[in-house]
Amino acid sequence: MASRTAPTTQSSPVAAGLSRDQLLEIYRFLRLTRTLEERLTALYRQTKVVGGLVRSLGQEGESVGSAFALERGQHRDFLSPLTRNLGAMLVMGVEPVQILRQYMAKAGSPTRGREMNIHFGDLERGYLGQISHLGDMIPVMAGIALTFKMRGEPRAGLVYIGDGGMSTGAFHEGINFAAVQRLPLVVVGEYNHWAYSTPPARQFAVARLADRVKGYGIPAVTVDGNDVLAVYEATKYAVERARSGKGVHFIEVTTYRRKGHAEHDDQHYVPKQELERWARENDPIDRYVKRVVDSGWADDADLKDIDARVAVEIDAATDACEGEPLPAPESSLAAVYASPAAAERLWFRGL
Amino acid sequence: MADVTYLEALRQGLWEEMERDDRVFILGEDVGLYGGAFKVTEGFVKRFGEARVIDTPISEAAIVGAAAGAAHMGMRPVAEMQFIDFISCAYDMLTNYVATARYRAGLPTPLVVRGPCGGYVRGGPFHSQNVEAAFFHTPGLKIVYPATARDAKGLIKASIRDDDPVIYLEHKWLYRRIKEQLPEGEEVLTPIGEARLARAGRDLSIITYGATLWKSLEAADQLERDDGLAVEVLDLRTLLPLDDAAIMRTVKHTNKVLIVHEDTRTGGLAGEIAARINEQAFEWLDGPIMRVTAHDVPLPYAPTLEDFVLPQTDDIVKAARWLAAY
Repeated sequence: MASRTAPTTQSSPVAAGLSRDQLLEIYRFLRLTRTLEERLTALYRQTKVVGGLVRSLGQEGESVGSAFALERGQHRDFLSPLTRNLGAMLVMGVEPVQILRQYMAKAGSPTRGREMNIHFGDLERGYLGQISHLGDMIPVMAGIALTFKMRGEPRAGLVYIGDGGMSTGAFHEGINFAAVQRLPLVVVGEYNHWAYSTPPARQFAVARLADRVKGYGIPAVTVDGNDVLAVYEATKYAVERARSGKGVHFIEVTTYRRKGHAEHDDQHYVPKQELERWARENDPIDRYVKRVVDSGWADDADLKDIDARVAVEIDAATDACEGEPLPAPESSLAAVYASPAAAERLWFRGL
Repeated sequence: MADVTYLEALRQGLWEEMERDDRVFILGEDVGLYGGAFKVTEGFVKRFGEARVIDTPISEAAIVGAAAGAAHMGMRPVAEMQFIDFISCAYDMLTNYVATARYRAGLPTPLVVRGPCGGYVRGGPFHSQNVEAAFFHTPGLKIVYPATARDAKGLIKASIRDDDPVIYLEHKWLYRRIKEQLPEGEEVLTPIGEARLARAGRDLSIITYGATLWKSLEAADQLERDDGLAVEVLDLRTLLPLDDAAIMRTVKHTNKVLIVHEDTRTGGLAGEIAARINEQAFEWLDGPIMRVTAHDVPLPYAPTLEDFVLPQTDDIVKAARWLAAY
């Protein structure tokens, strides 16, 4: 099956206005994402991951490139990732140990064992965890952007949606509302070719996600999602535009999901040659390395040094949390409401 | 006679109805080439073709709404929710459109919405839900919840043949865990609206459905062994409409009732069942009607938390022992 997407936008030959340190920082996030996921895969195989494991192999570039374009820190820009946006989470300041704890359902995990994978957030640091119901985060992020607008704060929101998630009613309602209100919101539509096993032709009847979105009366562009700097530049433009009061902007990023829907899925429905071609010719990290090295912005030794430091960091994070306890059973009753503080322990547990 | 899993029994039922009646078709996410997230429809697209096994976009409202339209026109659609948790996205279609269609407009809407339910699988808050109570309050819908392989097959076939919209709830913890011998070459049909006495006893009745049938049976065995108690277990099978006659029969036989369900307590089905017993068989009771249910919290992911929140066999044993001694 021929791919329906081809790179359409290439980044400019300059380094996107980024310093050498920033370029290396981007590389570090790319490597950190992939190495952390490889560690999670090992833990999954050792049955230490409690539930499923979602990989972003092949999509790390668009997650890192887009999030890196935000103003990060306390009370700055705000992002809501999908399960395959681990890279964006790391850019926003999530520590690998938090991800490891979360997957292993540890008591000290960000959700104290209540939620799985990267479904968690931090309002102060500016990221909000998704729920499994796709599309729901579009209207929620519209509400966050609405608040920025109402309070006159120069902040922008960024929300991801997949080529499958765009088929939901919540997506449509949310993006339309945001467009009508001219909210400071950037929507990144990930064209990764597979919604579980469903290919694009079964999901939408247009060639490009951007074609669909133009009908909302907002700018919609398509960017080569595996060109990290192209994604960075497109997002940078969009968030600055949003912050200056010009409204919603949609960025379609073309990429490829190189693992199954989750680790249990052997992706037998994916044409092998297509998968191999994307791995061989269009890996976002390989392309980024080639770009920075060929342009003389960094050399192999810089990158190898980062690889080594990332490996040590992931080892240390794993060692730090692997032996931690699971949450205490009765903690499950706490904080259903602000008040009362805990749900009732049912009568039969007192027998 | 061959050993058949709950999942295979469901699959056989769907397959047989597709063979029997060309008005039957399936629509849902990843049901075709992939064969469904749990492989319930594996091989269907090869046998019945893409026109009758339709891979849809991620659009639950469209799946249920399209099923309704097709049902009006004489088709027999079976809509799959990939996980039943996503049925909430079609709540409007089901409760406002589908459930009222016959009453307000005389529209026949013979459709089935089915999907994997339930916990005990470390699925976290959005892949473990039990949704029966959300629809139990809606006149116009029927709800079935098989617990055995025979009923998984018998109820899917009956649901497809029923002239009303049916929500068919299947428990993913049971899919490959339980097996049963089913007759080959003989029609297996479970009538909608009829409960089944799963275990006879005289000391106490447990009324239950779904995965907790198995936990209740396990508890009953333990109580017989350790306490010499003869516990009767009623498997409701159909939740809407409830089989009042079967419920009152067991109440009048044992005079003590424990209602067990995996769903949370407040607003759960046990409340309605208890109210009906109160209305129809109060004078037969020798003790309070008691409930063993999940705690009133969203279902958490960590094993320690999930095990605490959900009702376990040991809870049923202790509750039954308490009630027997009352």
